Formats: sequence, C-alpha cells, structure tokens
Amino acid sequence: MMAILIELIVAALLLAGAAFALVGSIGLARLPDFFQRLHGPTKATTLGVGCTVLASAFYFSWQDGGISLHELLIVMFLFITAPVSAHTVARAALHRHVKTSPRTRGEPWQH
Amino acid sequence: MIAAVIPVALAMMSLALLLNLFRLLRGPEITDRILALDTMYINSIALIVLYGIQQGSDLVFEAAMLIAVMGFLGTVAVAKYLLRGDIIE
Repeated sequence: MMAILIELIVAALLLAGAAFALVGSIGLARLPDFFQRLHGPTKATTLGVGCTVLASAFYFSWQDGGISLHELLIVMFLFITAPVSAHTVARAALHRHVKTSPRTRGEPWQH
Repeated sequence: MIAAVIPVALAMMSLALLLNLFRLLRGPEITDRILALDTMYINSIALIVLYGIQQGSDLVFEAAMLIAVMGFLGTVAVAKYLLRGDIIE
C-alpha cells in the first residue's frame, strides 16, 4: 500500500516537472520579444527542476530506507541563484537597448 | 509505474532541450543566447537527476551540483561583461 502511494507521488512529480520544463522552453522558443521570453524559463524551468529533484528525494528516501536530502542542496542553490542570474541578464538587455516587439509597452531606458 | 513514466519525462525534457537549442542558434540578440544557455544547463540538471532515478544510483548528483555552480557563474560572468565591459573591476 505504502509502495503504491510512493510510486504514485514520484510519478506525478516527475510528470509535473517535465511538463513545467517543456512549457518554459516552449515559451522561450515562441514568445516574440526578449523581455517576454525572460518570463518563460526563469519561472517554469526552476519549478520543473524543483519537482524532479523532490521526486528523486522521495524515491531515494523510500528505496534506501533513510531520509535522503542531499539532492535538495541542488534545488536550494537553484532557487537562490535563478533570480540573480535573470536579474543580471535583464540588466544587460536594458543596457544594450535590445529590440522590443511593438506590442511591448514602455521603453525603460528612455527616461 | 515509475519505470513507465521515466521515458516519457526523458522525452519531454529532451524536447525542451531541443527548443532551447533552437533559441540558442536563432536568437537575434546575444542576451537571448545567454538566456537559452542558462535554461539549457538547468534542463540538463533535471535530465541528470532523471537518469539517476532510472539507474537507481545517487552518484550522479555531485555532477548535477557542479553543473549548477558552474552554469550560474558563467551566466553571471557573461552578463556582467555585457553590462560593464569587464568582469572583475
């Protein structure tokens, strides 16, 4: 009974993580403009890796019969660094005045 | 059930990596390419973790941790270079 429950949780988390990563990459490939493209990967991909690593922590805790937490170091590091790198890349884009699509409102470097 | 789900998740993650590669090759601005590389290393971390679950060994997580650290440093270094014209001032 417990094994089936753990398998269900791990399978759902793996599918959710892969779906989030795929949605983030589709956003990166299809959105028209850099500042819109920034939205896709920085949120969805981090959530995708988070779900996948959480599934792995569940799986190895159940398999090895102890609490296995060292995978969570990866996701903690990513949650700290992903906003920092997104902020730095966005500032570089503002500095370089990248082209925006006509539907993006406002050009922050003009005032 | 896990053995049936992992190939599906691997396929979705590989498709995501291909879409990132498309943006990396196409991207009109250099910031698009930096963003695509950033997304690629994050997706490859997820791919490595999936491989570790499939093989049933947790020896690959150190590699994932190293990729996370080095990828963050690379992204910040290139963005800083674009921003200031120098990395360490």
